[in-house]
Amino acid sequence: MTKKVNSGTVITTFILTIVIAIIAIGLGSIRIPIPEIIQTITGTSVSDEYNTIIFDIRMPRVLLAMIIGANIAISGALLQAVMGNPLADPGLTGVTSGAAVCVLIIMLAAPQYANLIPIAAFVGGVIAAAIVYSLAWRREGISPVTIILSGVAVNALAGGAMGYLSIMYSDRLPSVVQWMNGSLAAKGNNSLYMVLPYAIVGWIASIFAIRKANVIRMGDQVAANLGENVNRIRILLSLLAVFLAAISVATIGMIGFVGLIVPHMARLLVGSNYKYLLPMSMALGALVLLVADTGGRTLFAPMEIPAGILMAVIGGPYFLYLMRRRGF
Amino acid sequence: MFTVDEISVRYDQKITLQNFSFSVEKGEILSIIGPNGSGKSTLLKAISGFTPYYEGVVQLEGINIKSMKSKQIAQKMCMLSQKNQAPPDMTVKDLVSYGRYPHKKWFERLDEEDMEIVEWAIRKTYLTAYQDRTVASLSGGESQRAWIAMALAQRPKILLLDEPTTYLDIAHQHEVLELVRELNQEMGMTVLMVLHDLNQASQYSDRIVVVQSGEKAMAGTPKEVMTQEMIRNVYRMDSEIQYRPTEIKPRIHLLKKVN
Repeated sequence: MTKKVNSGTVITTFILTIVIAIIAIGLGSIRIPIPEIIQTITGTSVSDEYNTIIFDIRMPRVLLAMIIGANIAISGALLQAVMGNPLADPGLTGVTSGAAVCVLIIMLAAPQYANLIPIAAFVGGVIAAAIVYSLAWRREGISPVTIILSGVAVNALAGGAMGYLSIMYSDRLPSVVQWMNGSLAAKGNNSLYMVLPYAIVGWIASIFAIRKANVIRMGDQVAANLGENVNRIRILLSLLAVFLAAISVATIGMIGFVGLIVPHMARLLVGSNYKYLLPMSMALGALVLLVADTGGRTLFAPMEIPAGILMAVIGGPYFLYLMRRRGF
Repeated sequence: MFTVDEISVRYDQKITLQNFSFSVEKGEILSIIGPNGSGKSTLLKAISGFTPYYEGVVQLEGINIKSMKSKQIAQKMCMLSQKNQAPPDMTVKDLVSYGRYPHKKWFERLDEEDMEIVEWAIRKTYLTAYQDRTVASLSGGESQRAWIAMALAQRPKILLLDEPTTYLDIAHQHEVLELVRELNQEMGMTVLMVLHDLNQASQYSDRIVVVQSGEKAMAGTPKEVMTQEMIRNVYRMDSEIQYRPTEIKPRIHLLKKVN
């Protein structure tokens, strides 16, 4: 019974996300009515103007927001399973800022190697995750509080490094300001094509991760008892989570709280079984970042608020609410 | 059935178990007792493979455990910690189903046979009426029974229990230990458990191993082990040992601390 309900909730959310995506494509300085959007996408309309706006500007951006949102949310859900911690997310644990430091090094100090940005982001994320694990690791497991404290330390380190880089290369700084605030402005098909292959790999790997995540969320001892190599799962799932977060950072920069809020909302809707939680996080992540980005570019038009800033404004209070509710 | 041969464990550079040996016979209940910090829980964790031991051999049915895959071990042996926490929305039935996990390949789903085993495990632990409730909503004793049901669904040959009664009130302690005895007597389940309470160890075990400072202080039947001398030496307590006419197992009354 509940299984059917959960599947229904997940499918409904996916459909809702697609509907909102179509609406979002229509929003902007030039409004496009929904029938026209559908005609253009299906190729039955021949308005050059709409073609350009939809295929070159709005659709890439909408898809990008959805893909990145989905990635960060899945990343958060996986981290929450492997760290046994409802507050784990790529931002709070320092993975995002670790990745960001490495991306920034390339963007500012070695822009000629721009094609290495995704790899750099991954390396940075892995280093940050390794530091957090080594700081928070106790024989009895990883406590929620130490994870967050280690994340604070890593974020502080990364913040220092980024501050230093900004001063060293202040002349080149304007070109990365948008990226640093997690903005999707002016992102087009190039970014989309860059992130899509990685994202698909990550999603396929996530399907295989569902069962492992379900076992490891029961705790190390129980997972070991059920015949799992706990350390191996933890490393593999963490790498996957870092990978998903890192490609997002490489593409649009730092976006916080999606990985924290979305899995939490998903858990309220479909429970903690990763069979539903992971697809639900994916759909909701896409929806949340899509709404944040669309809101950011339309609410105060012609001024644009980066999605990252909007997420921080919504996410910060939500995080405090979560902390209070859980009694940390 | 199960032999532990000369194992040694180091914990933060400190040796917590030194050349520890004992064996568990098929179909018996063997309890490990000892003061806090004596190494009894470490012993259980080392046996179950959770804590590494740097010396010695643990054999399960004549095969060195280190040569077995973790999944193979999980099909034969199951360990339950003192306190377990299920995700808040997990039902008893879901939890017990996880016991079938070690028997499945990564792509296999649970089939009818698995579900029968799950139902059987739930029945055995008297949880049929609770199977659709969440584990979190159960009382301490019921939830411990649910975890034992999960262990049963694993269909192990030997059940390892680490202080299964520690967090329970006395009625629930009794309930859990009665269940353990029943599983032992009806199914011939071999049980190895760590217990704190000397009387419980005495009443529910066929044999007892006493651990003191990482070494085996004594081993034998409750009658052989539960002596005033052992309790004085190991626990630094004066005691009286009482035998009731109808019971072969001793009752222990602790009197006062030895100075």
